[in-house]
Amino acid sequence: MPRASAKTDSLAELQRRQPAFRGLDTGHLACQGCGQALGARLVTEAIGPDVLIANATGCLEVFTTAWPRTAWRVPWFHSLFENAAAVASGMEAALKRQGRPTKVVAMGGDGGTFDIGLQSLSGMLERNHNVLYVCFDNEGYMNTGAQRSSSTPHAAMTTTSPIGKERMGKRHLKKDILSIIAAHHIPYAATATVAYPSDLRQKVRRGLEIEGAAFVLVHSPCPLGWGHDGALSIEVARLAVQTGVLPLIEMERGEVIAAMQLRTVRPVSDYLKLQGRFRHLFQNDPHALEELEHLQALANHNIEVYGLRAESPTASDSEGADTVRRGGLRYA
Amino acid sequence: MREAIEGSAAIAQAVAFCRPQVIAAYPITPQTHIVENLAKFIAEGRLSAELVSVESEFSAASAVLGAAVSGSRAYTASSAQGILLMTEVLYNIAGLRIPLVLTCANRAVGAPVSAWNDQQDSMAVRDAGWIQLYCADNQEAVDTTIQAFRIAERTELPVMVCVDGYALTHTLEPIELPTQELVDSFLPPYHFARSLDPRNPISIGNLVTPEYYTEARYVHHRALERAADEIVAADRAWAEICGRECGGLLAFEGPNDARVGILTLGSVFGTLADAREEYPGIPRVKLIKLRAMRPFPIVAIQRACHGLDDLIVLERALSPGAGGIVGAEVRAALSEIPTPPRVHNFAVGLGGRDMPLSILPRLLETIRTSGPTRFNFFDLELNKVAEEDR
Repeated sequence: MPRASAKTDSLAELQRRQPAFRGLDTGHLACQGCGQALGARLVTEAIGPDVLIANATGCLEVFTTAWPRTAWRVPWFHSLFENAAAVASGMEAALKRQGRPTKVVAMGGDGGTFDIGLQSLSGMLERNHNVLYVCFDNEGYMNTGAQRSSSTPHAAMTTTSPIGKERMGKRHLKKDILSIIAAHHIPYAATATVAYPSDLRQKVRRGLEIEGAAFVLVHSPCPLGWGHDGALSIEVARLAVQTGVLPLIEMERGEVIAAMQLRTVRPVSDYLKLQGRFRHLFQNDPHALEELEHLQALANHNIEVYGLRAESPTASDSEGADTVRRGGLRYA
Repeated sequence: MREAIEGSAAIAQAVAFCRPQVIAAYPITPQTHIVENLAKFIAEGRLSAELVSVESEFSAASAVLGAAVSGSRAYTASSAQGILLMTEVLYNIAGLRIPLVLTCANRAVGAPVSAWNDQQDSMAVRDAGWIQLYCADNQEAVDTTIQAFRIAERTELPVMVCVDGYALTHTLEPIELPTQELVDSFLPPYHFARSLDPRNPISIGNLVTPEYYTEARYVHHRALERAADEIVAADRAWAEICGRECGGLLAFEGPNDARVGILTLGSVFGTLADAREEYPGIPRVKLIKLRAMRPFPIVAIQRACHGLDDLIVLERALSPGAGGIVGAEVRAALSEIPTPPRVHNFAVGLGGRDMPLSILPRLLETIRTSGPTRFNFFDLELNKVAEEDR
């Protein structure tokens, strides 16, 4: 890229060329429209360069580091699938002993977080290491070809929860990881999504500023596993929020302290019908209808439990979901 | 200064002298006393280190890995099921070429569950790519622990120091403990060239395609082979400053004209040495102490067995359905020499089965009367076994 010149370039050009720190750079091998690649870029931008990353096995590791190349511009370490939080614990202990202020961030997918790595995550949170754990939740084992995980939503079709005469996709509910995280009473936890980048960055920064363990879940669409056009990733991710499927919240010591308000709640079917993994729910079948109602009820439950429905529209609303209420109306 | 001290306490003191910055461990008998002692040193301010009390051995190995790759000297210890639970991480540590020291307080692996000593645990992970050193007594355990950090850091390979559970870890012996100054002069501060640093960001743990995997494995294999020199050098350097050595890769003692040799790993060596004095009338025997199981010292074994008619390989583990593990490897090594001794391979002392001094004359009598034994359980009591299983 040619050097910017304040004398000859327009303000817009200068802004475009403003050097932004990128922890995860171009040249990786992610699919088009990959939510995780975008999520990891946004997260690392928010973190800045003074960090050590412990990455669990998964798509992110595979598509960024095929030897002898790497897309990472920050120190990056991958050990195994189920131990990112434990590796990060050791990194943090080492930095503490060395007196270095460098941050430690662990990253994993939902497989590495909800399932195989849950034990080491719980241990890290219980010991309250000064580590930010970021879970890129794409709701399935996408790296191995879209198998169901405990994070896969109810009724979603995957290669191990297929549809057929006897089945309507995944029989079980998506694991309530937030309640599990909350039960550890860590200083900070939040949910975020690639559809709301400034909210995501803010939550990552907050998680880093706080002394002690922090957890941020980043809802990350997977065009391949979810069966939607790669160009629709952001729209799908945004609909997850607008329908109440994904509550965007912040927790301190296990208590919800903020929730992104929904001015206009969209029906869950708006979110589902864009995705091939829910295609079977839109057929003339009583079971399909029942499952649709079930999924709508789950979203309604989220809206109720986390108090997502805004009381009334305000003049400062954009489309309703971009404002964060924290501790009352202070930040509204 | 020579003092009577429990093996675990002595090992913990040796670890503390090496100034580890991060220790992570999960309790398992018979490893516990080592880590308890280290925790006490930290609590009393005698050791400045972070103790990460993890929720499993898997996380213990993972945490020390994270610490070592972040530039800190790190240490862990485990036994039996704990070693097996960390197996995936052990392979990972070695494949990534991260210098670490782990004490394996050797114990049988269940089922059937046994809290007692044999060496099935460390033998089960012999192919993980770690250096494995076996200690014959607690003095060797202390000296080997200190040497292990130096070997690990010079070779960028992890080192497993194997000490027999109870027989060493829980036994009081007179031990010469070095001073802090002596250890400092032997072991420079930890420096890991590939440690993670934001000023020089690198990626470690990349995905490796078939295009490079074979070469990565070759380099690891060669590094272990080359580590043999470093193991010998560390032992010599240690001997120069404190007068004690552990035998490098392998040591033997006994008359040069002995026609029978017995090769062992770990504390049974001392039992056999005592038995030789207890039974002066028995044939002359050369005792061979295999200290390095990995790298496997093929040439040293060939030299040690030169001139022997019979070699008994005693081991505290087995590969069910195949037989001896060490025995098979020793037999393969000896097949390369023109007139190899007959190899008799026995499993002894499994799951804490006692090994009395009388084992020596009984072994010698067995090979005299029964001919070569490919593999057998030496101290088996068949009357305890159901008729159909005999």
